[in-house]
Amino acid sequence: MARGMAQGMARTVVRLRRVMTRAGWPGALLLLCAAGAVLVPWLSPESSRPIDDVLRTRLARPLAVDGRGHWHLLGTDAFGRDLTVRLFIGARISLFVGVAGSTLSALLGTALGAVAGWRGGVVDRVIVALGDALLAIPRLVLLLVIAALWSPGLTVVIVVLGLTGWMSVMRLVRADVQGVRVLPYVEGAHALGAPAWRVLRRHVLPNALGSALVATTLGVGNAIVLESGLSFLGLGVQPPTASWGNMIAGGREWLLVAPWIALVPGVALIVTVVCATLLGERLAPWVTRARPGALRARSALHAAAPRS
Amino acid sequence: MRQLLLRVADAALLLWIVTTLTFALLHLAPGDPATLLIAPTATAAEVSQLRARLGLDAPLPVQYVRWLGDVLQGDLGVSLARSVPVRTVIAEALPVSLFLGGVSLVASFVLGTGLGMLQALRAGPRTDLTLSIVSVTLFAAPSFWLALALVALFTSGAAVLGLPEWLRLPAFGMQSPGAGVDATWSDRARHAVLPLLVLSVPGLAGVARYARQSIRDAGAAPHVVSAVARGLSRTRVEVRHILRTALTPLVVLFGLTLPGVIAGSVFVEQVFAWPGLGRTMLSAIAARDYPVVLGLTLVYACAVVLGNLLADALLWLLDARRRT
Repeated sequence: MARGMAQGMARTVVRLRRVMTRAGWPGALLLLCAAGAVLVPWLSPESSRPIDDVLRTRLARPLAVDGRGHWHLLGTDAFGRDLTVRLFIGARISLFVGVAGSTLSALLGTALGAVAGWRGGVVDRVIVALGDALLAIPRLVLLLVIAALWSPGLTVVIVVLGLTGWMSVMRLVRADVQGVRVLPYVEGAHALGAPAWRVLRRHVLPNALGSALVATTLGVGNAIVLESGLSFLGLGVQPPTASWGNMIAGGREWLLVAPWIALVPGVALIVTVVCATLLGERLAPWVTRARPGALRARSALHAAAPRS
Repeated sequence: MRQLLLRVADAALLLWIVTTLTFALLHLAPGDPATLLIAPTATAAEVSQLRARLGLDAPLPVQYVRWLGDVLQGDLGVSLARSVPVRTVIAEALPVSLFLGGVSLVASFVLGTGLGMLQALRAGPRTDLTLSIVSVTLFAAPSFWLALALVALFTSGAAVLGLPEWLRLPAFGMQSPGAGVDATWSDRARHAVLPLLVLSVPGLAGVARYARQSIRDAGAAPHVVSAVARGLSRTRVEVRHILRTALTPLVVLFGLTLPGVIAGSVFVEQVFAWPGLGRTMLSAIAARDYPVVLGLTLVYACAVVLGNLLADALLWLLDARRRT
């Protein structure tokens, strides 16, 4: 038991290291950003400083010193809050919403795609038709309708992102499952008397996880942009909780006096989205190239052998 | 012929699912248009009277069948908030969005294809990399942020940087306030510059990425190698052998992007205060104006369906292999 766990851990570490080398600098930059977001209260004295004497500290330019002699890398906003600190606090929400929303839609898409590809028939037709219908409404419109109708907030945004983003993952996983379902080793597993759900889980679904992973990574950037859009319109994360979208919205009224308040979060957003996209593109060939080999390694006998 | 009929039936089914989903979403959500329309001092009796007049007191299935029947007869109903037919509301807003979306779509495809061709065929590796970085960045930029950045640059920024007077562009509305119908064309054009720029630039960047990749792939095909080996001139190979195959997917992309013409400008309309479909949608959602939201969703879904059909038709025309 303990030995099995240790082996499992070692395998996970090896896998993680392989993912990390593949991820390269976009992955490293994203990791750095996430670490900064988590650690910012301990790293900066600014974050715990109470707001006082707003008139002397507010609207400091980037790289300038405010009225009390404190230096700010990216300047301060209309309330005298340091923008660098706020940027990392906002990164918490933006990254979290991006990853959570994308993961949720990937889970939903994988589940529905697996069921559709596995069962076929009416179930398949219904799921595909639902996906097509949701694709026929522009995602932004769908987001607006749902987010605006329920009370805005973090949970609603994540759920809505999940509900409107599963269609592409569903199609990928469905195609993968349909392709693998007819292979001899799956038939072998059936013949050996494995229950259907076990065949699906152990022998079919792992082949579809690669494309689901890539779709999730590519979806993160999209989710971050959509969240910021909703927050910009006042339908997403509500101030004073900082998200990059509502920071841009808040800087809008100071645009002509202090343009950096609105522009700085946007730059952070662009960098993050570009990194997430590059990360997805880096992982994609690795995953698709790995797949034929993985299929070959699992011969019918090996796949059907009892593992427990 | 049979295939065509099947496609149309598919499209009709799709539209039905979309509208039914939207109807369900709207009516399941909390919020009541009657309480938003009436004065806060109204009594419960007055509220229920208004609900009866708006037809909101009937059971949901009845409301649904009533609405669907009207739509099938071409009647989208009357706006609850403005007491104007939904058709009029859409007719007022549609030209604004069509103008913004149409001009920027054409601009982004013409310029984007040009840029992609330049990158794939003529640019050296360093120029190509620079242009790629620029286009990836612009493609990732959210449109509302790009809008604010351009506004900052061309209003106060233009003054700070000492740009000439004609580069200080208006950042609000479709024409100068008070000009009415007499607004000059130059005034209107100046107001249109920033919104169009914001809408075209990300599209341009996206098309350029796509065109570059597509031309690169086409350039590696065996028939191109053979054309070069036969000693054809570079231009001839590029025009006859590479671009002909590379531009087909772009035409399909054009069809698929078409719905964006009316749906893509939500943020731009919001930032620049242009009264198009996006702004209408936002205010209708806020007012729980069910008929307007449903009508607009129908318009959006129709655009998507038409765009898909168009993409299929274009592919059929351009690619002989599809015509078997």
